[in-house]
Amino acid sequence: MSEPLLSLRGVTKIYGQVHANSGVDLDVEPGAIHAILGENGAGKSTLMKLIYGVETPDEGDIYWRGERFEVTSPAAARKLGVGMVFQHFSLFETLTVVENVSLLVPGSKRELISRIKQLGTKFGLEVDPLAHVHALSVGERQRVEIIRCLLADPKLLILDEPTSVLPPQSVELLFDTLRRLAATGVSILFISHKLEEIRSICTHATILRCGKVTGNVTPKDFDANQLATMMIGRDMPDLAPAKEVEKGPLLLDVAHVSLPTDDPFGVSLEDVSLEVRGGEILGIAGVSGNGQSELAAVISGETMLPRAADGRLSMMGSDVRGIGPAARRKLGFAFVPEDRLGQGAVPQLSLTKNSILTAHSKGMVTRGMIHGSRATEFTRTCIANNDVRTSGASAEAGSLSGGNLQKFIIGRELMLEPKLLFLNQPTWGVDIGAAIAIRKRLIELRNAGCAILVISEELEELFELSDHMQVLHDGRLSGRFKTSETEPKDIGRAMIGAEEAAQ
Amino acid sequence: MIAIEFILAGMLAAATPFLLAALGELVAERSGVLNLGVEGMMALGAAIAFITVYTGGGHVPAFIAGGICAMILSLFFAFATIGLHANQVATGLAVGILGLGLSAYFGKPFESFTVTGIDKIAILGLAELPLVGGLFNQDIVVWLSLLFTVALWYVLTRTKLGLLLKAVGENPHAAESIGYPVRLIRVGAVAFGGFMAGVAGAYASTVYTPLWADGMIAGRGWIAVALVVFGTWMVGRVFLGALLFGAVSLGGIAVQTVGLAIPSQLLTSLPYIVTIVVLGIISSNKRLLRLNGIASLGEPFEK
Repeated sequence: MSEPLLSLRGVTKIYGQVHANSGVDLDVEPGAIHAILGENGAGKSTLMKLIYGVETPDEGDIYWRGERFEVTSPAAARKLGVGMVFQHFSLFETLTVVENVSLLVPGSKRELISRIKQLGTKFGLEVDPLAHVHALSVGERQRVEIIRCLLADPKLLILDEPTSVLPPQSVELLFDTLRRLAATGVSILFISHKLEEIRSICTHATILRCGKVTGNVTPKDFDANQLATMMIGRDMPDLAPAKEVEKGPLLLDVAHVSLPTDDPFGVSLEDVSLEVRGGEILGIAGVSGNGQSELAAVISGETMLPRAADGRLSMMGSDVRGIGPAARRKLGFAFVPEDRLGQGAVPQLSLTKNSILTAHSKGMVTRGMIHGSRATEFTRTCIANNDVRTSGASAEAGSLSGGNLQKFIIGRELMLEPKLLFLNQPTWGVDIGAAIAIRKRLIELRNAGCAILVISEELEELFELSDHMQVLHDGRLSGRFKTSETEPKDIGRAMIGAEEAAQ
Repeated sequence: MIAIEFILAGMLAAATPFLLAALGELVAERSGVLNLGVEGMMALGAAIAFITVYTGGGHVPAFIAGGICAMILSLFFAFATIGLHANQVATGLAVGILGLGLSAYFGKPFESFTVTGIDKIAILGLAELPLVGGLFNQDIVVWLSLLFTVALWYVLTRTKLGLLLKAVGENPHAAESIGYPVRLIRVGAVAFGGFMAGVAGAYASTVYTPLWADGMIAGRGWIAVALVVFGTWMVGRVFLGALLFGAVSLGGIAVQTVGLAIPSQLLTSLPYIVTIVVLGIISSNKRLLRLNGIASLGEPFEK
């Protein structure tokens, strides 16, 4: 065995009461593609922050080529030869690609442009150096991030959940690039919770659970179930799609809706049509930034279509053009937004007060006065029925973990007994246990006759949940796919707009 | 005719305090920090510079002293907002009021005193032209301010320093994660803004109207802040805006000399009315604001 490029010994990081990492040992060999596997909250990101110098460990040592190093800042880490591609990119949207690169890599603009092009051909990372970043797709932005790291000639490249934003075809492209890189001797730390991906590309895997290392394995020797067991500490629950139930009336009818935007960073919706019936879950797939937030705003009522707008937008049979969110909720519409802290809940307020925000119609307010006891009772029921782990109804919403807060918000909306429920990224950043609980609740609700619309970037989730799928690409919505007769690669093609190109 | 000649001859000098203060504030805001204390920093710079000239220090030391005192004031603001994450709007207002108070305190013994301004430098050949000739007969500070405007434009748009400033203003977290000292850059930008405000004040009290009177800055600092937004954080537009305000503020006087029966209070409020109207028009263009706006403006940066 060659000398490891990077070694961690007994690394511990404590935030308040939480041991984000405790006694982590890790060895990364030169040229290895090394996976850090673990579910949300297992401490993967913290560990990477320690290696990249964003945080410093409370205990333990970091060795670089056998020598002990104190990595006190990202600049110091980069000097050693560590590059990192963040899950939420650290690019500057108003600058061009080459300007973004020049902030990190010395050299004249002309030199950098030719180096970007060279690297693009060598590793399959083509991108226009003079394009503004805000005009690029998510996949292209990721390429820019990787290029920017590579130009600094790293010995170790850290990728944080790099595939979560890519359509299946681009994932293959990325893996190609990574293999070529590893062949040149660069070590890659690949953070992910997707088991199949790790099995297909990684040569080593270190598995984290609750901040501790629970396994150091060669991923190809194990099947996905065995890896999952190491990752979540129990068997992977069965995720077979639920049986179809009888369809009810048409509850959400969107036809030929267009919404131009004057925001240069936004996406215009063009001729969008979809319908959801009672007892049906419709999933909207697509790479983020293709009009998801715009579509969500039109359906929730945050963006109101003018009364005289072309097309149709009706809920429960009544026209909701020119009608705001509150009036839509009165019709039996409920909405779980993408942003839990800020839109779904007010982080500084107690859970009880957060209940009042949307559930006030449940007898909590009379003549403008709040019935505190009723609100508390409602909140307690919500906490109990949805297995929300919290100290109680008076806990601040911001103190809950992402998964628990999401369970609370969805629970709150479900208690309103909606006829039509709309969720945007319901399980983003939620741990597996909570995600499964949420999906189960949604299927129960569907079986009871509710119409559900889900926007999600997680294809697996949509395949588990939905009866039908449509794909959003560049502000246009594809036709309906019946989930049981569709392969992920069909959806993947629509996600990158290949359907349109083929026509 | 005479009114136009008068405005053309005077507008560059009238615009200079607006221009210098606004360009300084533009740099601070590009880094993501909104410093509303410009008015107070200008007043302090004006008082210190006036005292320096009056006590025989000369104009060059006066400009430097005024700039440095205003910069020190801006560093208090930087310490509170960047070091301690205080609210930028509230702190800016407080520091502004402190600056006004200090200027009144230091200036008290010199109330209504006057000093000599500085000579004008004419561009031979051009200054003799009819009507527009006055435009080419200006003091050295005006000429230097024009050069400074071009230099700042170059730095902000053509150099790595300018790029870095824009990057820090757009996404401080990303800038930090790629290894730049965000706080230091912001402190530097605020200090630069403070220095420029002080120099702008010095010009107002020792060259443009070489006398000391409490409250002589008279809202010019506020207009400078508005000009930055008005110019959508771009040097060229801020320059044009400053010229417009210079011209409008002279227009009031010009109209009076012509003898139109318009109340003088209405005329002196003209620049402020123009500010509101123009800001309203600019803000209606969302695209322009979104592309040039500073995404992190006014938000404290915490790791």
